[in-house]
Amino acid sequence: MAQAASTDAFVAFERVQKSYDGETLVVKDLNLSMPKGEFLTMLGPSGSGKTTCLMMLAGFETATYGEIKLDGTSINNIPPHKRGIGMVFQNYALFPHMSIAENLSFPLEVRGMSKSDREKKIKRALDMVQMGAFGGRRPAQLSGGQQQRVALARALVFEPELVLMDEPLGALDKQLRETLQFEITKLAHDLGITVVYVTHDQTEALTMSDRVAVFDDGRIQQLAPPDELYEKPQNSFVAQFIGENNTLQGVVEEINGNSCVVKLDSGDIIDAVPVNVSKKGERTKVSIRPERVEFNKERLKEDAHLLKATVKEFVYMGDIFRTRLSVAGNDDFVIKTRNAPDQRRLRPGEELEIGWLQEDCRALDA
Amino acid sequence: MTDATNDPAATAGPTPDQARRADAADRAAGAPMLAADGTPLKKSLARSLRIQKARALMLVAPLLIFVLVTFIAPIGDMLFRSVENQIVSETLPRTTARIDQWDATSGDAPDEQMFEALFYDLFIAEARKEHTRLGTRLNYEQTGMSSLFRRSGRSLDDISDVYLDQFEDLNEAWDEGRPWAELMGEPDWIADQEEFDAAEAEGRMPAFRVRDEMLELLPRAAATYETFARFAQTEDEDSPLEEEPWGLVHTALYYDLMEADVSGYNGPQAALLKEADAAVAEFETVNFKEGMLAIDKDWGSVETWTTLQMYSPDYTSGYFLNAVDMQKTADGPALRDADERIYGLLFKRTLFMSLVITFSCIALAYPVAYLLSNLPARTANLLMILVLLPFWTSLLVRTSAWKVMLQQQGVINDVLVWLGIVADDSRLVMINNQFGTIVAMTHILLPFMILPMYSVMSTIPPSYVRAAKSLGATNWTAFWRVYFPQSVPGIGAGSILVFILSIGYYITPEIVGGTTGTFISNRIAYHISSSLNWGLAAALGSILLVVVLVLYWAYDRIVGIDNVKLGG
Ligand SMILES: Nc1ncnc2c1ncn2[C@@H]1O[C@H](COP(=O)(O)OP(=O)(O)OP(=O)(O)O)[C@@H](O)[C@H]1O
Ligand SMILES: [Mg+2]
Repeated sequence: MAQAASTDAFVAFERVQKSYDGETLVVKDLNLSMPKGEFLTMLGPSGSGKTTCLMMLAGFETATYGEIKLDGTSINNIPPHKRGIGMVFQNYALFPHMSIAENLSFPLEVRGMSKSDREKKIKRALDMVQMGAFGGRRPAQLSGGQQQRVALARALVFEPELVLMDEPLGALDKQLRETLQFEITKLAHDLGITVVYVTHDQTEALTMSDRVAVFDDGRIQQLAPPDELYEKPQNSFVAQFIGENNTLQGVVEEINGNSCVVKLDSGDIIDAVPVNVSKKGERTKVSIRPERVEFNKERLKEDAHLLKATVKEFVYMGDIFRTRLSVAGNDDFVIKTRNAPDQRRLRPGEELEIGWLQEDCRALDA
Repeated sequence: MTDATNDPAATAGPTPDQARRADAADRAAGAPMLAADGTPLKKSLARSLRIQKARALMLVAPLLIFVLVTFIAPIGDMLFRSVENQIVSETLPRTTARIDQWDATSGDAPDEQMFEALFYDLFIAEARKEHTRLGTRLNYEQTGMSSLFRRSGRSLDDISDVYLDQFEDLNEAWDEGRPWAELMGEPDWIADQEEFDAAEAEGRMPAFRVRDEMLELLPRAAATYETFARFAQTEDEDSPLEEEPWGLVHTALYYDLMEADVSGYNGPQAALLKEADAAVAEFETVNFKEGMLAIDKDWGSVETWTTLQMYSPDYTSGYFLNAVDMQKTADGPALRDADERIYGLLFKRTLFMSLVITFSCIALAYPVAYLLSNLPARTANLLMILVLLPFWTSLLVRTSAWKVMLQQQGVINDVLVWLGIVADDSRLVMINNQFGTIVAMTHILLPFMILPMYSVMSTIPPSYVRAAKSLGATNWTAFWRVYFPQSVPGIGAGSILVFILSIGYYITPEIVGGTTGTFISNRIAYHISSSLNWGLAAALGSILLVVVLVLYWAYDRIVGIDNVKLGG
């Protein structure tokens, strides 16, 4: 769960709450701390409070309760323009009445920078996003991807240490998004800036970030590096939300330190790692990733519990095969296998037995 | 910052810079671009645009025709009326043809021939009842012309009767239609006319045809008889065979016979003519000039003739000169006397007050529109109804309400007196002057400013101001550098609307303007409906139109007309 705020954190939310209407809390008890140079992504379904958090950090919304600290000092009462935080908006928010160069010049002008310094910085920032030739154009004369690059350059041109990005790639097509994802992460690491990035595209979150904060219902459900988030989800929401996931419902039969036995609702018995369960008789959802399911018995331990399965559907997806099975009363149990030369292609109707390693099967909250 | 462009190949797809360079390389090759079917791209683009345009034109056609008929055509008519002056040359053709020979600086009235021409013209005009119209027209330029023409029209017979009576005394035949018709008309025409009369047919009579021989022999009499015959046929629908001609024709015949030699004439009515020819030498005569002066001595005044001379051309700058406080004089256009100048003042006042009203509207409307566009939709709609409320009240009622508010015994003065700010005997004068007009019109035109401002402002996303602040701008800088420029199109649209509406405003200044707060349009209305000097009204209107167009052009140059938005 959320880490305790440490004093040397660059950005810190401490017990932050936010309500717009005085009735419901949109952000409930947010604790988060980020070291300098980190690329942190806020990921979560729509309405989970990501933008609200970002706006509080930028200063456009005030926290109802709690404290937000930047570099050790509380910024609750500092107006947005004095916070020195770069921001990239989802709709780019490039000033339509100014040329690209003027847009970039704006933050430097309000800081009272001399003309020659401004020009140098603008040129460097535009070159950095490969838009050097476009300085004289108006935003409306650029494509979406080009506008996004300019917005990025504008947020970086005054060399902020912290940059916030609210779904900056949301309006772009997949290919362009991937290009820009790569460029943004590269820039962030090269420049050594701290980034808070908001998205609801989980691939984006996993590929770009140092750490990902999964939001739901105004709380951080898990804050962890991408691999840990994927492989060791802390609760069933995270397991469901990140990547594809199979769940089976059951009751804890036996719990013994780092392993437990779960009796599924169908009566089958399986082994799992207890994550969110503590005692015998508790209801649980066990979660297994599709690519960790094995039907080749040679690769399983001798004493592993096996489940009977019927093949419902086989989908060829190029690099992988996605097979839907009926397992222990669940018709949507999916397994994924690599398209390797020796890989067997399952046929609908085929009956088989499947199993997995105990550590891949996690018993989470019901 | 370090440069991140060192490895562009690592990114998927071309970066914008690379794509641009590739494009430029294509263009440098110099080959014309071709569309898919091989026609040059330019041509096929032009074709598809043309089809689109034709379709668009069809959709606007009904409105276009409506506008042409009800708007463009009247404006054209107005522009034409402001210079048109054919009434003088149409009513007095002979006089205007000669009038340039008269030298106004001589200080004398024109010669006998000019009066002869005037007599002919006036006689025909009187028969057609056109002389009073001309009198009214010339009265705009010089008072007294109207009564001069009316009086002269009544008394022209004093001159012609002298000749008419003598011809009749000589031979009764000169008192009948038939001999005249035979003398002047083509035999073919007489036959046609007889047939027509016998049939008692309805419809057009066979048009009178004069004999060429007569035109040579008796030019004046033939021409005047022809005019008479045509007039009798078309206006009175009488047969010239039965109608005794005007005394004018007798007068003309007298002068022709004095000069002509009719001894060789053998045509119809030769005996009658020769008898008259022998007798005319003994006739008593009247001098035209003396006759006209006897009818009205104003014909002897140089001013009358100067006016006639100045307004004889078909087109005149007189109305326009009038509209800019000038007048025609013998030495060209000159400013009127200081106490007669009113239009320059009125134009200046109209422009000045319209500007004041426009700026007051901007100042009042901007904060309201800003507030409206930043409030939640529900509240904004409620306030919008309040803004629109004046639209649902009659203009007259609103203006009169201002009268109640501002007059000396009105609400505001009462409150000020009650508060002790103003003494009872020195109540403020706030109505029937410029102040009243400005206050009332600012109020009335305010919605026209708020609405375009609001619709532009509500399309400005809040993220722009936020972006500006995140970039380090203070509230004021963010507003002034980012928000305000984007709201300028709304200000522009509102200003054009309010300014153009107010420059031509009529009702409100009429009611609350008194004498110092009226606009040029009030004067135009006066000339249209009271003084009936449409030419001057048209000239004033044309000047107003030109002023608006010039301002519009200036606005386009300074602000750019594509910067005007009425909505998203
Ligand atoms: N200005 C506001 N006034 C009232 N409620 C708001 C306001 N802005 C957001 N909310 C509410 O707060 C909650 C969180 O909104 P937020 O914009 O932070 O979500 P989000 O995680 O960014 O969602 P998305 O992925 O759709 O952008 C939502 O239920 C939303 O309705
Ligand atoms: Mg959001």
